[in-house]
Amino acid sequence: MRLTTALLGAAAMMAIAPAAFAARGSDGELKLIYWQAPSILNPYLSSGTKDLEASSIVLEPLARYTPKGELVPYLAAEIPTLDNGGIAKDLKSITWKLKPGLKWSDGSAVTADDVVFTGQYCMDPKGGCAQLQHFTGVDKVEAVDPTTVKITFKEPMPDPYQPFTSYENPILQKKQFEKCIGAAAPTCTAANFGPIGTGAFEVASFKTNDVVTFKANPNYRDPNKPAFSGITMKGGGDAMAAARAVFQTGEFDYAWNLQLSPDVIKGMTGPDAKGHVVAAFGSLVERLEMNMTDPSPTLPEGERSTSAHPNPILSDIRVREALSMAIDRSLLVQVGYGPAGQPTCNLVPAPAAYADTTNTGCLKQDVEGAKKLLDEAGWKMGADGFRYKDGKKLSLTYQTSTNAVRQDFQALIKQWWHDVGVDTELKNINASVFFGSDPGSPDTFEKFYADVEMYANNFSGTDPQAYMAQYVCSQAPSPKNQWQGQNMNRYCDPKYDAMVTELGQTADPVKRAEMVKTMNDMLTKDTMTIVPLVWRGTTSGVANSIVGEDINPWDSELWNIGDWSRKH
Amino acid sequence: MFTYTIRRLVLAIPVLLLISLIIFALLKFAPGDPMAQVPMTVPPEVKAKMRAALGADQPLIVQYLLWLKQFFIIEPLHILGTMTGYDLVGNAQRVISWQTRSPVADIIAQRMPQTLTVVGMSYVVGVLIALPIGIVSAYKQYSWFDQIGTFVSMIGFSVPTFFTGVMLILIFSVYLGWFPSIYDTTLVVDSWPHFWLQVRQMVMPVAVLALYNAAQISRFMRASMLDNLQQDYVRTARAKGMTEQVVVLKHVLRNSLIPVVTVIALGVPQIFGGAIITEQVFKVNGLGALLINAIYADDLPMVQTLTFIFAILIVIFNLIADVLYGILDPRIRYD
Repeated sequence: MRLTTALLGAAAMMAIAPAAFAARGSDGELKLIYWQAPSILNPYLSSGTKDLEASSIVLEPLARYTPKGELVPYLAAEIPTLDNGGIAKDLKSITWKLKPGLKWSDGSAVTADDVVFTGQYCMDPKGGCAQLQHFTGVDKVEAVDPTTVKITFKEPMPDPYQPFTSYENPILQKKQFEKCIGAAAPTCTAANFGPIGTGAFEVASFKTNDVVTFKANPNYRDPNKPAFSGITMKGGGDAMAAARAVFQTGEFDYAWNLQLSPDVIKGMTGPDAKGHVVAAFGSLVERLEMNMTDPSPTLPEGERSTSAHPNPILSDIRVREALSMAIDRSLLVQVGYGPAGQPTCNLVPAPAAYADTTNTGCLKQDVEGAKKLLDEAGWKMGADGFRYKDGKKLSLTYQTSTNAVRQDFQALIKQWWHDVGVDTELKNINASVFFGSDPGSPDTFEKFYADVEMYANNFSGTDPQAYMAQYVCSQAPSPKNQWQGQNMNRYCDPKYDAMVTELGQTADPVKRAEMVKTMNDMLTKDTMTIVPLVWRGTTSGVANSIVGEDINPWDSELWNIGDWSRKH
Repeated sequence: MFTYTIRRLVLAIPVLLLISLIIFALLKFAPGDPMAQVPMTVPPEVKAKMRAALGADQPLIVQYLLWLKQFFIIEPLHILGTMTGYDLVGNAQRVISWQTRSPVADIIAQRMPQTLTVVGMSYVVGVLIALPIGIVSAYKQYSWFDQIGTFVSMIGFSVPTFFTGVMLILIFSVYLGWFPSIYDTTLVVDSWPHFWLQVRQMVMPVAVLALYNAAQISRFMRASMLDNLQQDYVRTARAKGMTEQVVVLKHVLRNSLIPVVTVIALGVPQIFGGAIITEQVFKVNGLGALLINAIYADDLPMVQTLTFIFAILIVIFNLIADVLYGILDPRIRYD
């Protein structure tokens, strides 16, 4: 089968060799390996990036962000703005116009009804939609005419590009999903495993958690694309085996998310390797979070790690600052991430408009400075090499999830802190417990029963508003909110809360960027509440024969898969 | 024998129910959250709603009883329905996997062939290698053949499959390029070239697992043969002037096979359990990979159903082993 398609592809190539552009399907089969296999192709019911990446081959949004962070139209004819009247003056609605003559892969027309339906599908209270956050503040989605959709918000929206502008919330076909709304969503296995889309490819077969095959969409809007006749997306195994299949054996063309140690990557990508590494830097930052409250186990359950008791050691900003100064971030990057990391002091390192490039004070390690700060704070060096104050040892608990790189970081940081006289007790917790939000477990990152914890977080899309809003006082996890909320540090500053409210009412992009920078500095260099360590990118492996691949931190890595082709 | 079998089967029902309850309790009280894989950018309220849509927020007893009903009533009815062509289930909820939102039974049915071909074949190959090695090793105890056999089975026992598997990939895929390192589950064997592809992609996983299986079974075979070779009836047979061939292959081998057959029968459920590590290494994506993935994703209905099916198989093959023992050895009678 594969041989015949390859031969057919080759024959087709010969026939049109003089033409400047390859015709649809002329480059044979594209082989992707995702070591986490896709479980479902409906992004609204999915549990992870792997599923969203797979569904992005088929389903498309109205518009999406390019690797540069610019919004470009996909199903929409143009990007609505205040200037062209697409966004209402009061910021309470946005009107999208679809490209004329758009077709689903089954040949039927794409209409505004499909967009309206997609909104209803996700916003159904019984559906358990995984992308509901994109519809926050949406009052209604309605069709003005067959190619025009109007989204009305309950409040003025400074960033009205949330719904339908990323691979996380693409447009579903109404006809296919009509009977799958609400509680019926999981019963539609056929639709969830084979959504009909508008993308360059359509689903040919789907074996859950194993392999997906796609074939070129005969009704794709560009008659010359895609260059490949089909895609095999194999899942399973581990990142190492995926890297091997692209760099060494050449069995696959693209390997997603190669979270491997820099040494391993280096060893596989020598001069005779069959592929190379590509990296995309989004907003993912590996950071230390300082607990502003007391996690001591002697406190009664329900008061531990709550604002009732401030942290006896970390409440002093000098200690937090010293802890940050003692760390050599460049070495951390070298050890843990190689090409997939950069040292950073920012919570918001990208997009460029929002990143404070002046915040670089932490990049240089300063052990002597750290010692001096701790002396000033009253922590005197004891005979055993650790510091004491009023007979109390400077001792911290430091937790993170179980992960080889994180344990390396813990060991390095423990050593650096030891050098300045801080005793550290390390703890690592299985990721599904640490990041699971079981309020009954004492080991979740929300409960934060430790002084310091380390993990990585980012925001979806290019707008950090919701991300910054996580650090308001009311978002601190506590028994009152069943330990939910993302303000792990229990940071609380009325001035910051006021800025969050103001950001939610500001539409001017320049002013927004300034505000985000100020808030970023408040959380990082001004208060050392969050101590950023590494700006992490994602790395993938691409075969040297693939052309047109353009890894995107703001959308699916396969966002432009229709433009990929093979070098001959 | 027949009444014994019936009695055992009836007794198996409360045992299995108890097992299902224990599995359920273990899974429920183990830490973890089906939403842990959802990206952190998804707010907790949305996660709570997703959890509710899965039914993961229901009381434990309700979840357990619902699973029992789905597993023992709806799923068998559905299988009967697909076989006869009548829709016996209607819209009743089948056991649905949380991770994929599709019926667990369908996924298991999809994975079964991969596991049975690769793991099953390795078991057959393992047994076929192990029996002659065990026989010769015992007959020529402490000879060079026995020493080599012992050495190889020690390697098979002690070197983990994730090591042998990766070694084979490095040698035969990366350097020699003979076999693919990634198993293609979409391959349909409908012609000789495809059959050849299938053989090539099965060679390495089967070899890895067969080494492990052969190591175990050949040790059993050897030990059992040695026991019997010391027996008085062997001396009697030789004294009667029988050839060595008849003595060893007819008398000793038959008697020695009794415990080995039991061991082989008890090992069969493992085939269905898949080989978690080997499947991961070669991306076979059979039942073993399915189970480990479901455990990582906290896909409770999937883990519960799979482990319970394994429990059923283990109970059944224990019974089969006992019955076989009675058939093979006339001295053993259960009634």
